Amino acid sequence: MAPLPVPLRDPAARRRATAALVALLLLWPLLVLAEFKPWQLFAGGNLQVMASFLAGFLPPATAPDFLALLWKATLETLAIATAGIALAFVVAVPLAAMATRALAVSRIGPGPGRATGAAIRTATRALLTVLRAIPEVVWALVFVRALGLGPGAGVLALAVTYGGMLGKVYTEILESGDTRSARALLEAGSPRLGALFYALVPSTAQELASYTVYRWECAVRASVVMGFVGAGGLGQLMDQSMKMLNGGEASTILLTFLALVIVADALSAVIRRVLA
Amino acid sequence: MSFVDTTTAPARLSPCWGCIALALAVVASVVASFAYLAVDYRQLFSDESMRLMAKFVGEFFPPDLTPPFLAKAAWGALQTFAVAAIGTLLAIVFGALLALPAAGRFGIVPRLVARLVLNFLRSVPELVWAALMVIAAGLGPFAGTLALALHTTGVLGRLYAESLENVPPLPERALRDAGSGRLAAFAYATLPLVAAQGVAYALYRLEMNIRMAAVLGFVGAGGLGQLLYFHLSIFQQAQAATLLIAMFVLVFAVDSLSALVRGRLVPAHA
Repeated sequence: MAPLPVPLRDPAARRRATAALVALLLLWPLLVLAEFKPWQLFAGGNLQVMASFLAGFLPPATAPDFLALLWKATLETLAIATAGIALAFVVAVPLAAMATRALAVSRIGPGPGRATGAAIRTATRALLTVLRAIPEVVWALVFVRALGLGPGAGVLALAVTYGGMLGKVYTEILESGDTRSARALLEAGSPRLGALFYALVPSTAQELASYTVYRWECAVRASVVMGFVGAGGLGQLMDQSMKMLNGGEASTILLTFLALVIVADALSAVIRRVLA
Repeated sequence: MSFVDTTTAPARLSPCWGCIALALAVVASVVASFAYLAVDYRQLFSDESMRLMAKFVGEFFPPDLTPPFLAKAAWGALQTFAVAAIGTLLAIVFGALLALPAAGRFGIVPRLVARLVLNFLRSVPELVWAALMVIAAGLGPFAGTLALALHTTGVLGRLYAESLENVPPLPERALRDAGSGRLAAFAYATLPLVAAQGVAYALYRLEMNIRMAAVLGFVGAGGLGQLLYFHLSIFQQAQAATLLIAMFVLVFAVDSLSALVRGRLVPAHA
């Protein structure tokens, strides 16, 4: 039996080649805009500066007074994250209670206030979107200009951005569960707060708490990053060391940061397991 | 249908000691944090600083909407987009290349090495990479592109490795058994199964990188961030307000576009 003739060419070859060509044409202006010049890495002794900086990473700095400074900065980072999340929680809870459809009395039946209620919910959602749309580092930069260098700016920046994020997610969690018990309470004439605490929160508490802990973990990372714009903590220390091209200090701070993130991850996992 | 007997009081549940301890620990750590930071919030909310703050916020309005500055902001937004797009693209390429060994296709040792590299790339934040890349490549958007590419390679590489490990192996086996080469079998059996998911992951990272690219400018990596940093440094709040609006519009536009594209992507399996 003769073997079947096998087409060796890819039947879709022409279409794929065209698509690749179009993509390259679109890519070109982007490459120009991003000033994509890999040869810059090797020009003008840039690589040597980098190499000597990286060589300075070993050994990591272990001078006692630097370690004391590092310890203070680590505590400060943790404190910024915790205080920021606490404030964000205070911002998020009332907004979420206002925005959630599960607590809307006006949605129960035809009656006055239906349009007003919907408008208030939409406005609250829009406010939550605006709060979280600008990254926390940008807020930190703005607050540093207003309040001066230091952890206060970081705490407020976290409160704004994470307030928006927590608010949005709380709203969704409250709506995603079984909302019939809340509705029953509202129909029986309970005030909204009563329906929130006796119907919605008990059935979603675990999910709410677990998301908050997860956000705390993100806040630890964010507070390090915000330090780079002067909001205190490990990031500010790292920025200083980098600017002075002090590789040993930079590597110690980097290691501390990695350890801190791992510990925060583990702690958050443990808390979430306790809550589950 | 059974009715609940409401005449007798329900048995008291024993209190959840773990929850109480946890709640106390949380309250204690929040109080300790505020105490440790010792930010003088009373002074913060005093009349004097409230007035300063209000003046500061007031200076953001009205935003500078003159045509030359709008053009500058649009250019900054384009550059930010370019940095994020090229960075994500590089990360897709290198992430995919590292994902192959990380998915265990070349044996156990390359798998461990590739995972170690990916974990390291991922755990250093973009801003730290950017600070390093500014030293290596000089000030400018290229440093930001490299920084995003390095961090995102770690993230995408791990996600791609996981999808490669979870994909059904039989199609590729069938091609191999029929005498196809290794590369062809991978390209025509496994790749189509993971491609849609891979594009979805990349788009999701692109959304995050747009935000990040805007921020990277603070350490001198070009785009909207660098403009914002500059104008805030010289106390030009009206210009800063325009840049914040531009950032918001850019993030919103890319999020909506990417949501649109992701909605049309259908994974080949699952």
